[in-house]
Amino acid sequence: MIYKETGQFKSTYESDHSIFPLIQDKIAFNILMLVAFLVVPFFIDSYWEKAILIPFLIYSMAAIGLNILTGYCGQVSLGTGGFMAVGAFATYKIMTFFPDLNIMIIVLLSGVITAFVGILFGLPSLRIKGFYLAVATLASQFFIIWLFNKVPWFYNYSDTGQITVSERTMFGVAVTGANAPSYATYLFCLILVVVLGFAAKNMIRSKIGRSWMAIRDMDIAAEIIGVPPLKTKLSAFAISSFYIGIAGSLYFAVYLGALEVTESFDIMAISFPVLFMIIIGGLGSMLGSFLGAAFIVLLPIFLKNVMVDLIGLSAVTAKHFEITIWGLLMVVFLILEPHGLARLWSIAKEKLRKWPFPY
Amino acid sequence: MSVELLNFIETVINGLMSGIMYSLVALGFVLIFKASGVFNFAQGVFALFAALTLVGFQTGQVPFSHLINELFGTNFHNWYPSLHSFFAIILTIITMIVLAWLIEKLVLKHLVNQEPIILFMATIGLAFVLEGVGDLMWGSDVKVLDVGIPSGGSEWLEKTTVGWASEGSEYYGMYIDVLNVWATIIAVILVTALALFSQYTKTGRALRAVADDHQAALSVGISLRSIWVLVWAISGFIAMVAGIMWGTESGVQFSLSLIALKALPVLILGGFTSIPGAIIGGLLIGLGEKLAEIYIGGLLDIGAIENWFAYFMALVFLLFRPQGLFGDKIIERV
Repeated sequence: MIYKETGQFKSTYESDHSIFPLIQDKIAFNILMLVAFLVVPFFIDSYWEKAILIPFLIYSMAAIGLNILTGYCGQVSLGTGGFMAVGAFATYKIMTFFPDLNIMIIVLLSGVITAFVGILFGLPSLRIKGFYLAVATLASQFFIIWLFNKVPWFYNYSDTGQITVSERTMFGVAVTGANAPSYATYLFCLILVVVLGFAAKNMIRSKIGRSWMAIRDMDIAAEIIGVPPLKTKLSAFAISSFYIGIAGSLYFAVYLGALEVTESFDIMAISFPVLFMIIIGGLGSMLGSFLGAAFIVLLPIFLKNVMVDLIGLSAVTAKHFEITIWGLLMVVFLILEPHGLARLWSIAKEKLRKWPFPY
Repeated sequence: MSVELLNFIETVINGLMSGIMYSLVALGFVLIFKASGVFNFAQGVFALFAALTLVGFQTGQVPFSHLINELFGTNFHNWYPSLHSFFAIILTIITMIVLAWLIEKLVLKHLVNQEPIILFMATIGLAFVLEGVGDLMWGSDVKVLDVGIPSGGSEWLEKTTVGWASEGSEYYGMYIDVLNVWATIIAVILVTALALFSQYTKTGRALRAVADDHQAALSVGISLRSIWVLVWAISGFIAMVAGIMWGTESGVQFSLSLIALKALPVLILGGFTSIPGAIIGGLLIGLGEKLAEIYIGGLLDIGAIENWFAYFMALVFLLFRPQGLFGDKIIERV
């Protein structure tokens, strides 16, 4: 009943190819957007902002980026942490060089810089494939982290090696720095995620996205039918890095405010979690990027609440339990539904088509 | 001989020996990848888990004692004061075999025919589980592991080599860690044993058959699943050896599991599917790393390049041979 598509006729190609072909999806999405833009900003408090919504939005952005590269173009990357670090440090350097530049432009520029770095580190993908490439992307991770640690120019010769954000405003309201109100940082991230999310969705539906998928499915066959592997792979690296760079930029400027490169962008802190997100969410699915990000942001909060507050374990033991449960969930998830949460959602939709009157 | 030459020789020897330590980890990776096509990221945590278990058995720690004490307010820690290393090692081997059996039963069996990346992620999940369980079982404090392997510099070598330098130069002899010498000997024994086992026993032949072609092996009646248990158990054993070596050197703690990251460049350099590749890859990486650290790192005063240098070295090799030095040639058909 709920997902009945009977009676929804398409008379033009545009309507047939729209992002939400079903009226139910369209309505649900519009309601979600209305709530996100018009309701949440009035009720958001610091806890929801810092613990749930901002990390969710930032990780969604990173997951979209990695999904473009790994899910759509088939190039497994373990260097997400490194590319996010590039975004963060690019933001920091641009902020110091151009104090008057609008923060939106700074964030987008950081994405562009990361895209170029991504192209550079994507070059080996033309020769190396599969797990060899995955390990090779680790090189970029370690090299970038080392570089930002060793060259003092990147952190403006500060004694601690930390980079700290300064206050920037949009329309007179601070969006970065300690004084930024919760609704401003939230809306800033939300706008970026929604706009760039739509951009990604449309890229995937167009020629460039189809060529990515052709390369993913079988690169030699794709090459033979005229998809240039060089252009396609490097464009996937560039666009993926653009998104990941913006995620890194927001992570630094909006979320953390001050960070130190080794602990914030460690392979265990960023690269693997983001890879989990797209696998748990669903490889090659936009919805999956969001679902995976939500899952991974909410799970630790949930586990911590249950174990520390409910059962009363010490924080250290709870941490060990969290790691174990985390791993168990991953394994169980991969066994039960290797195609991720997005697949579960489509199964649910399938069921909802007839429910509650199956005949 | 001049001091520079002697220093160079010392660096080369030390590099080759630390390379052996990398090879020990890479070996476990290669075995599992060949036999089951799984890129086992948990190999490093295997080593950590084995070392933790070994120390636990040696000191007679009660498993999960921290947890039980915390939950029920009891206070007990040890069953017995100490156990001879030999028995502790035997018990650890049994644990690793049980672990391999459990992994096959609970994880691998259900993931047959999945995409490689799914299997890879599953082993990352496995790594998390083992890390968490290891900490819960044995506690997360840094432990000292001593199974009677000597470590530290060799005085004999230092005294012998002091005389080699040319007259009047300041030279204090070579410094070579005895532990690394032992690691080399053990690695040689291990590889020889593995080679003999896979050449001359029936199970070994079955193992090679599975590594060559899963379907063909199945069709002549080899049980894939028992081979998988066997291979994971052997890898667990190798992980234990690696865990003992690395644990003796730097104590048993979480960072031990990061040796997996050290072994990855060895792996892509040597090729995922080649046991000699793992050994030679390890030697090359160890040598390159030490030389780069002293001659490039010292020259340019940048330091701490060992984190990524191995990866770059492996990358350069890969550009010429995308399947690694000894890996199976990748043949692609449409």
